[in-house]
Amino acid sequence: MAKIKIKKADVWIDMTPMSDVMVLLLTFFMLTSTFVKQEPVKVQTPGSVSEIKVPENNVLNVLVGNDGKIFMSMDKTTDTQAALASVTDQFGITLTPAQEKAFLDDPMWGVPMQKLQAYLSLDKNTRPQELKNFGIPTDSVKGKTGDAAMSEFQLWVKAAKEANPDAKIAIKADEKTPYKTVKKIMSELQDMNENRYYLITQYKKAED
Amino acid sequence: MAAGKSKQKKMNVRVDFTPMVDMMMLLITFFMLCTSLAKPQTMELSMPSNDKNIQDQDKTVTKESYTITIYCTADNQIYYVAGMVKPEDPKCLKKTTWGAKGIRSVIINHTTEDGTQPTIDVMKAKIELDKKHENPDPKQKMPDSIYNQQLAQIKAGNINGRHINTLTVIIKATDDASYKNLVDALDEMNICSIGKYVIDKINDNDLKLLKENNVKL
Repeated sequence: MAKIKIKKADVWIDMTPMSDVMVLLLTFFMLTSTFVKQEPVKVQTPGSVSEIKVPENNVLNVLVGNDGKIFMSMDKTTDTQAALASVTDQFGITLTPAQEKAFLDDPMWGVPMQKLQAYLSLDKNTRPQELKNFGIPTDSVKGKTGDAAMSEFQLWVKAAKEANPDAKIAIKADEKTPYKTVKKIMSELQDMNENRYYLITQYKKAED
Repeated sequence: MAAGKSKQKKMNVRVDFTPMVDMMMLLITFFMLCTSLAKPQTMELSMPSNDKNIQDQDKTVTKESYTITIYCTADNQIYYVAGMVKPEDPKCLKKTTWGAKGIRSVIINHTTEDGTQPTIDVMKAKIELDKKHENPDPKQKMPDSIYNQQLAQIKAGNINGRHINTLTVIIKATDDASYKNLVDALDEMNICSIGKYVIDKINDNDLKLLKENNVKL
């Protein structure tokens, strides 16, 4: 009789230390990590020895895929909203509240203005798939000449800068992106007198 | 009987932590999958203005032997010209490799017409400054603001009250060079503490020179 009782008690495993460890791990992950932003294209940034961190606020992210597709995002929704309003205004497009909400829900934007309305009317689940095929055009808008002939990319940057004058431009490009694409973006930014920006890289130790 | 009762009480005090562990596991998996640990780094880049109406006084003039032009071309190849680019003399273009043994040693060991090696002097001064900055004693540690100020001074060639002319590096990349090449080139500028560098477009002279050397653009 007594023998059986002892056996029953032995089966019980104390989970307390394990949960202690788990809580520790959890706290570690919560404190050290940042949430991954959904990006339309996968980008592998090149390594550099630079140790400057990306500013956390007031950033205008420009994502460049290795096929040269450009996407953008801003850290504050209000800024995005203001930029969107300004750009749609210039193109004479009016978005329904549902479309605007869809635009703001997306982690990044990058659809040519002509297709924007059709894209935003799509279902929430099909949009990320569709977005991959687009990208902000960098050639000048048709039917305009001189200073007005800015590309959609430039218009977006201008609108974003107006929405938040402190916004810093951070370019995140894939390491395999041909220089041609990067050159195009840089010269377009230069044309608008945006001469200071950040290039996002990964930390790499300098080999000796 | 009395002994059995007390045993039962002891069992009751124990709380089963298994469900809690389950939940923690779930949470940890969630955090591991949805977050990233590594914070990306950045490079600050200032490009020259595209403004065509720059006055002559705003332009910087450098001596010929204080310049190096780097060409990043297709297939991760790298070439350089020390001094002026002379399209009529195809031999001025030299091939090198990426990394410490290639382009870095070219920049570091570049000797000017005055017989100086400005990069070595600048790098030495930077190492001295880094020592002051990374002093293990927190009281003697140099604040970041002063460090950055002095680093800028050193990069401009003002070392210990003396002024030396520093190198100017011109980085040019062809259309088929990758973005990685550009970042690597900028990285070398950082490592070699080059204060004056510029990313420039390839012009006709460069094209002619590269073509004569059968460089794949």
